[in-house]
Formats: sequence, C-alpha cells, structure tokens
Amino acid sequence: MTEEGDTVLIKRGDNSYQGVLMPSTTGSIVIKLINGYNAGFDPHTVEMELLEKKSDVMAQEVTIPPPNPNLPTVSILSTGGTIASKVDYRTGAVTSQFTAEDILLAIPELTKIANFNAKVVYSILSENMRPDYWIKLAEEVEKEISSGASGVIITHGTDTMMYTAAALAFMIKTPVPIVFVGSQRSADRPSSDNAMNAICAAQVATSDIAEVTVVMHATTSDDHCNIHRATRVRKMHTSRRDAFQTINSRPLGQVDYPSGKITTHLDYIKRGERELSINIKMTSRCALLKYTTGASPETLLFASANYKGIVLEGTGLGHVSTEWIPYIERTTQAGIPVVMTSQCINGRVCDRVYDTGRDILKAGVIEGEDMLPEVALVKLMWAAGQTQDIDEIKKIMSTNIAGEITRSSQT
Amino acid sequence: MGSVPMTKEYDYDKLGFKAGLEIHQQLNTQEKLFCGCPTLLRDTEDSAYQYYRYLHPTRSEMGEVDRAALEEVMHKRKFVYMAYDTTCLVENDEEPPRELNKEAISITLQIARLCNMNVFDEIHTMRKIVIDGSNTSGFQRTALVSTGGHIETSQGNVGVGVLCLEEEAAQRIEDKADHVVFSIDRLGIPLVEIGTDPDITSPLHARETAELIGMLLRSTGKVKRGQGTIRQDINVSIARGARVEIKGVQALDLIETIVEREVERQVNLLGIMDELQKINASVHGDIIDVTHLFGKTQSEVIKKALKKGVVLAVILHGFAGLVGREIQPGRRLGSEMSDYAKKSGVGGIFHTDELPAYGITDQEIDALRQAMDAKVEDCVVLVADFKERAFNALQMVVDRSRFALDSVPEETRKALPNGNSAYMRPLPGAARMYPETDVPPVVVTHEMLHDIVLPELLPARKARYMKDYGLNDELAERVAFKHFELFEDILSEMGDEDKNVTLIASTLVNTLTELRRDGSDVNKLDPGHYAEVFKLIASGNAAKEVVPELLSTIIAQPGISAQDAAQLLGLGTKRKEDIETLVDEIISQRMDFIAERGLGAVGPLMGLVMKEMRGSVDGKVVSDIVTKKIKKMLDDII
Repeated sequence: MTEEGDTVLIKRGDNSYQGVLMPSTTGSIVIKLINGYNAGFDPHTVEMELLEKKSDVMAQEVTIPPPNPNLPTVSILSTGGTIASKVDYRTGAVTSQFTAEDILLAIPELTKIANFNAKVVYSILSENMRPDYWIKLAEEVEKEISSGASGVIITHGTDTMMYTAAALAFMIKTPVPIVFVGSQRSADRPSSDNAMNAICAAQVATSDIAEVTVVMHATTSDDHCNIHRATRVRKMHTSRRDAFQTINSRPLGQVDYPSGKITTHLDYIKRGERELSINIKMTSRCALLKYTTGASPETLLFASANYKGIVLEGTGLGHVSTEWIPYIERTTQAGIPVVMTSQCINGRVCDRVYDTGRDILKAGVIEGEDMLPEVALVKLMWAAGQTQDIDEIKKIMSTNIAGEITRSSQT
Repeated sequence: MGSVPMTKEYDYDKLGFKAGLEIHQQLNTQEKLFCGCPTLLRDTEDSAYQYYRYLHPTRSEMGEVDRAALEEVMHKRKFVYMAYDTTCLVENDEEPPRELNKEAISITLQIARLCNMNVFDEIHTMRKIVIDGSNTSGFQRTALVSTGGHIETSQGNVGVGVLCLEEEAAQRIEDKADHVVFSIDRLGIPLVEIGTDPDITSPLHARETAELIGMLLRSTGKVKRGQGTIRQDINVSIARGARVEIKGVQALDLIETIVEREVERQVNLLGIMDELQKINASVHGDIIDVTHLFGKTQSEVIKKALKKGVVLAVILHGFAGLVGREIQPGRRLGSEMSDYAKKSGVGGIFHTDELPAYGITDQEIDALRQAMDAKVEDCVVLVADFKERAFNALQMVVDRSRFALDSVPEETRKALPNGNSAYMRPLPGAARMYPETDVPPVVVTHEMLHDIVLPELLPARKARYMKDYGLNDELAERVAFKHFELFEDILSEMGDEDKNVTLIASTLVNTLTELRRDGSDVNKLDPGHYAEVFKLIASGNAAKEVVPELLSTIIAQPGISAQDAAQLLGLGTKRKEDIETLVDEIISQRMDFIAERGLGAVGPLMGLVMKEMRGSVDGKVVSDIVTKKIKKMLDDII
C-alpha cells in the first residue's frame, strides 16, 4: 500500500513518471516529479508502482545565538496566527513554527532586539476564536508579566485580531507592552509581511508603551509599521498589508523599518505606570446586529430573547427604522442593554439630531459615542460581566476604559 | 565591439558536444496569467505609483544550501516597484491570484500538441523561489503542462522534455548598489517555457532547432512579437568541460556564434588547465595589502581608489602568461576572473600579464613582484577599492583561479551582444518549489484535448498565400511569417468585397515599416481601419498610392473614418457614379475616335479621365470603367 511521501512510478500508456506521492484534493494521483513540479494523473488511466517507502527527513541542526544578558526578555504567545513558517521543498509541505528557536531561525533579526520565550496558547484559525478563549489568553499574559517578561507579543490570525486585542485591553491593566501581531501575506513567501511586522512588534514590546496595541504594516511598502491602540483598530481590507487602520483617531505611533525607530503621535501609558491586574469577568452572550433597510424588527426580538446585551449597528448617526423602536423599548425594559453604533464605521453616533434618534434614545438606547461597533460589542460583554444592573452597564459603556471613546472627534 | 576573427572549426562529435535549448515565449493573451490586467507594456514615465519591499528567504528543511540563492542574498537589497493604472493588487502581491488563465492554457495545449508532448491529466501551479526581486512575491508561479515530446529536425528528432506555463517576471529598470528598480507591467504576462533534451549536435543544429521552435510558436498566432518577447537560453557542454547555461540570447542569428564561442572557451580553458597542471601551478590565496607600494602612483584608477581604500594583491603561482591568454575572441582568463571579482562591487582587476598599463609603471610592478616574492612564472592580481570590497573581490579571484587548476566551472552566463558570454552566477541547484495553494489544479479534460486545433504552420501558410492570392515568394513569406494575424483579420473584416490582396500584403510588409520609421504609431490601427481603407481603394474612391497618407491620417486623428480621411486629403470626393458620369461625357465627345480605334481608344481616353480626376481615384478602377463603357458602345454600334 502506498502512502504520501513514498517514491512511486506512474505508468500511463507507454510513458512512466517517477516522483513522490503527494496529497490530492481532487481525487487524482498527484506526484512531485524529480524536477520539483507537481503533476496530477487520472487514477483510472494509470498504474502506480511503489519504488521506495518514505524515509524520515533528517532533522536540520539548529543553531541560534545564546541569550544576550544585556537584552530584555519578551514572551511570544501564539494563538494560531502564523508569524513564521518552514517550507519542505522536498514534499512541498509548509509548516507553521511556534517554538522560540524556530521563530528566531526564521527571523534572526529578532535576536538583536530581545531574548524570547515562546508558548503556544491556542492553535486555532482566527475565525474560530471565542470569547471564553480570551479569558485564558488574558490569564496567560498575566502569568508571563508576573514572571518578569518585559513585554508580551501575541501572534494572532488577522481576521479577528481586533476583537481579541480589544478584549485584552478591557481585561488587563498592564505595566508592560502587550503587542498583537500577524501577517496578511502567508509567512512561507519571501515577500511576507511577517518578518517586518514581528521585528516592529518586538521593538514595541521592548519600548515604554505599556498598552495593548496592534502592530502591523502601515503602507504597502516595507517602510514602517503603525502602532494601533487595541480599541481603535479595524481590519479594513481583505488582503493588503496595510489592512489594519486606526479609526476615529490617529495611530498611537509608528516603527520605522529597518531602523526600528519608534515615533509616537498620542499620549500613552508608560512602562511601570500601572500595577498589573486583570479583570476577566465577562459574558459572551451579547450580539452585534446590523440594521439594514427593511430589516424586520423580529431580528431584535430574537436577539433579546437569547442575549444579555445587544449592540446595534445603525445607519448614519445611529438610526433604525421607527418600526424597531417599540421593540427596543421592550428589550431595554426587560433589562437588556442596547448600545447604538454606526455602520459608517467612521464618526460618532448622535441620536439627538432627528426625531427618530430622539425616539430611539427615549426607548433606552445607550449611545456608543465614537466606538467601533465590534469594540462596543466586546466592551458590552465585559461590562455585562461586571454587573447586571442596566444603569451600571450604561455608565461603563459611556466611560472611556481603554481608549475606546474620545471626548473630541479629531478630523 | 567590432567584428572579431572567426572561431576555429571543431569536431563536435569528438569533443562530446551536447546542447539543449530553453525557450521562453510570452503569450499574447487578453489578460495576465493570474489576474484580469491586460498584457500591456508601459512607459515607465506613466507609472502611477511606486512602493518598495525587502525579500526575506524562508527556511528550508532540505538542509542543503542553494549556491545561487546564497549569492543573491549576500547583500540584502531594497526592491522598488513601479506600478501602473493597468496593474493591480495581484502584481503587488497584495491579493491572492485568480485561477489559471484559460486562454493561456488553451494556447499551451496547442504548443504541447505541436511538440508531440504528453499532457498531464491535472496541471498544478507551483511556487518557485526567486529572490532577486523580479517577482514581488519572492517566487515565480509556474506549472508543468506536458513532457516527453519531440520535434523533427534535419539531424533527427530533438526531444522536447518540458513545457511549462508560467508568469513573466517584472522588468529590471535600474540596478543600483543598494536598490533595484523593477517595472511590474510585465509581471504576470503568460510565458511558456520549452525545454529541449540535450539532443542538439552542433552550433548550426542549435540554431535550426531554435528557429523551428520559434516557427511553431508563431504559427499559433497567439504569441507576443518584438524585442524581448522571446528569450533563448542555451545549455552547452563538452565531455571534459562542464554544463554551462547561457542566458538571454535575444537574436536567433546569434545562437550559432554563442554556441561556437562557448565550445571554444571550454576547449581553451581545458588547454590552460593542462598547462597549469603540467607546471604544478597552485593558488594559496593569501591576500596581501600592498597599498604602500603605490604612494606616488600615476595610475588614475589607483589614485582615485586610494582616497578611501587600499590596494590588495594575491599571487597565482605558475599562472604567468595564462591569465592573459585569450579564451574567446577579446576575452581572456583574466576577463573571467574580473567577472567574478565584479560580483563584490569592484570595477575590475589588474593582473601582471597585462601590465605595465593603466598608468602602472615597470618600477611599481618590480616592487610589487618583490614584495609578493613572485617568480617570473607567477602572476599577481591587484584590486584597488574599499578594503572589504577589494578583499571580497580577490577572494572571488582566488575561487576562480582554483577552478582553473582542475575544471571548467559550471556556471550561468549571460550572452554578450557579440556572441561571447560573461559570468553571471553559479548554476542554480535543484529548483526550490512548493505548491501554490491559492490556485486550484486544472483538470485537463478530454474535451480540452479534443478541442485543440493544430494551427497552419507558417511554411504551409506561405504556400497557400502564393497559390490562393498569387503573392510572390518574398511577399508571401514576409506576410506569412511576420504579419499573418493582422493580414487574416483584415481579409475577414473585408468579407466578400473586392480586394487587392497584393496591395494589402505589401502595405503590411512595406508601408507599415515606413510609417513606423516616420514616427507613426501603427499599433493604433485595428483591422477595421485597414479594411475601410482598402474598401475605399477597391471602390475606386482613392488611388492605391495614397494608402500611406490615409493610414497616417487615421493614426493622427483617432476616430476618423477612412472616408473622412480621404476627404481631408482632398480625395474621395469622387464617387463611382461621378467617375461614370465623367467617362460618359468624354466618350460622348469622342464617338468618332472610338469608332475608329475600337478598344485601342481605352488608353488615350483613360489618360484624359485621369487628368480630370487629378489622381484622386485608382487607375485600375478608371480603366475598368472606361473599358466597360467603350465595349458597350462598340457592342451597341454593332
């Protein structure tokens, strides 16, 4: 019986082809030929003969420099986002790398910035991240910091990085930098943004910016990364390197590449300014509902029956159809907070301008100010974990906790 | 470089000569291989924006280090990319590729059939690591489509082992010490790579094979034409020598010379090797600082280098006279060493076989020889530059000299315009490839194979043009080999209308060249424009002599019709009816003359009509009308 990795001979008519058996997604027989190319055969028209069973590839000697006592130590926690990859050109297999050694072998520049400890917390696709996983991650981060880490880097898939980053910003008061990083272009390609993002993240992790931040490419060029405040950042493009953007504010700062120079644009909490503490109480049973033209208010009815808090993504300044208003009122009267945000993404909610808005406020809606809808959702989960009292929740939602609300809208 | 003396005649069989070709040809598809962008080359002045990147090679599990890849990463370079309003995020490596271009696959299958190849049931796109910056991703997407073919040549079959469909690389615009500029308009144009087996038996055979493959490709009518759209690489080896790949041969008529010169180079390098071994030559490789010997030098090159640098030297024992020996016309072993040295950024080297010269005096050479303890049979090589650069350069010279002692090195070389070649880099190791998971495999169905239509080959096309259209040998050849796509498009555009095919053919072969020479952009003309012009001529509304003016008017004023162009030129105001009226008038005034001369009156009468029309109509049309009318009149009389 043949298996992937075996060397086989494929006979088709008068021709024969030698190669290594590869996985196939289409039911065909795929081999990697001696010249490195893969080719596929219809299994019904060929005969396959085993030439040699697969052999184990000899492990490569790994050599990384010993820790440098003059450098700070940074912890890398991985959740499944790939910051380093290894390619086996013999089999074509791409494997994600999570040990500190492997990450440093892939991105040797890091060894000049800090010493690293690495730990795999989760190994999941970022779309499979869940609110209860945030809690364990926050606890792991706390553990690293209390054991002396000068900074923590969290590698995360880019799709839901903003949610996890925001959650940690609400849950942790940190004396050291906590930096989220990922890559938009796969780490196996020489052009990947992984190396530069990781190098810039390490610069931030060893800086005095003691906040939860996201460090990713600022432009399509390899010129600098932006340092985004975790509660302000949103993935704004499906594939570009500069997908991450700070909304309703400026980035906290930037890291030039390859110099590593950090420039800050906003005030921030400095290293050691705060004591380490975590507050991980939260409820995951909150929903984000997008109001669309003609959407039936029953959607809200369903949500209020199943969730403990609801964030609405209304139109414009924060509106839903007047049809919805009685349902909102019923929801809030049942003690379920309803927070209004805008699907414009940019700008502040204001329900005092039009009649509909005023009626929405009367129905008990909490204005989400200039919070991103997704951040408002994460914050509501956290707020509803702190208290069941709707007035208390309203107070928390209207108070700036981690940079998610600003009093003045700039530009 | 001027012309150089002809190479010696060799017995290629006896030398154990082997050669194979690798031909890269761009396809003329509507869209690029992995995105919807047009396959259009742009002027770099029209670049809409630029960005830059670094490449970061990933770790491989193979353990072995690829020599070529290693040399590329010796210095980490910045790659600047020029983008256009005709390129997109896929070229920028900012968006996953689309599926393999179907049009490109169908052309490739046609080529596979022309080369009698076996097509795989499933085509898999691979990522082939290329870290010189010419691909924004750091790899080239390439798919092996078929293997095991052959083409028939005068020297028997030549195997065609490989046919790949791949993406063209970005065009290198500028090469600076710390950065390279690329233009990404070319990136992603579909490219076929055809690799022959090493069945080629002589330089002439190499050229014949290249011409044959070129002809097959052009016969499809779907390949790009013009400078840079086809590139030939040649692999050459002789029994005692080594496999050498010569890249970037753009002109077919250079292939023979390139191959001859490579054989000559290897034979001469082997001759030098034999001599070096006989006299027990050796290279210890100690690099010595001899800056102090050139304190008062008159050599401009050294003086300039000494402002911030040093002069370093290395001794090659037993090499005297051999470093300066010619191995290709105008190129010496010293040139090969210099090629290697230049890789570290120096301008070149000096060696004692060519000194005194360049302002370096006999006295300085004596002092140098003394300082180096060089005997008369030794050669000393010098480099003047920044210390590190000079040191690396001499290291490379030492490497090359050591090769000279026992082998011809395996190399990738670049073709020079005169048929010689220069060192580029070591021969690459096994290609580093892994699957392009963003592009699903393409199943080659029975329908796809069944639907392949073999194109009419160019020689057959030429014969048909001679037979069907009465074109002469030269005109038929030039239209068939160089212009048949446009020619056929014009003919089909004109449909069943009367047409002067010879005029159409000679317009494409001659007139277009003239227009181009005069600065007209003939690419602005589409088949419809030509058809209108030739209809105008056929209907007699313009003389064939004004075709160039009509075409250049249409080019200069896009959107104008052929009719309006004729009007602008003061032509075409005469319609066929007008001519007939005029002819009737003239005939009626000269009834007696016609009665007397019969059909002999056609000539003189035609002269009169043409004079009246002042060249605004085609002579043949007038002649037809006059003859017809006179005949009718004569018939009426009878």
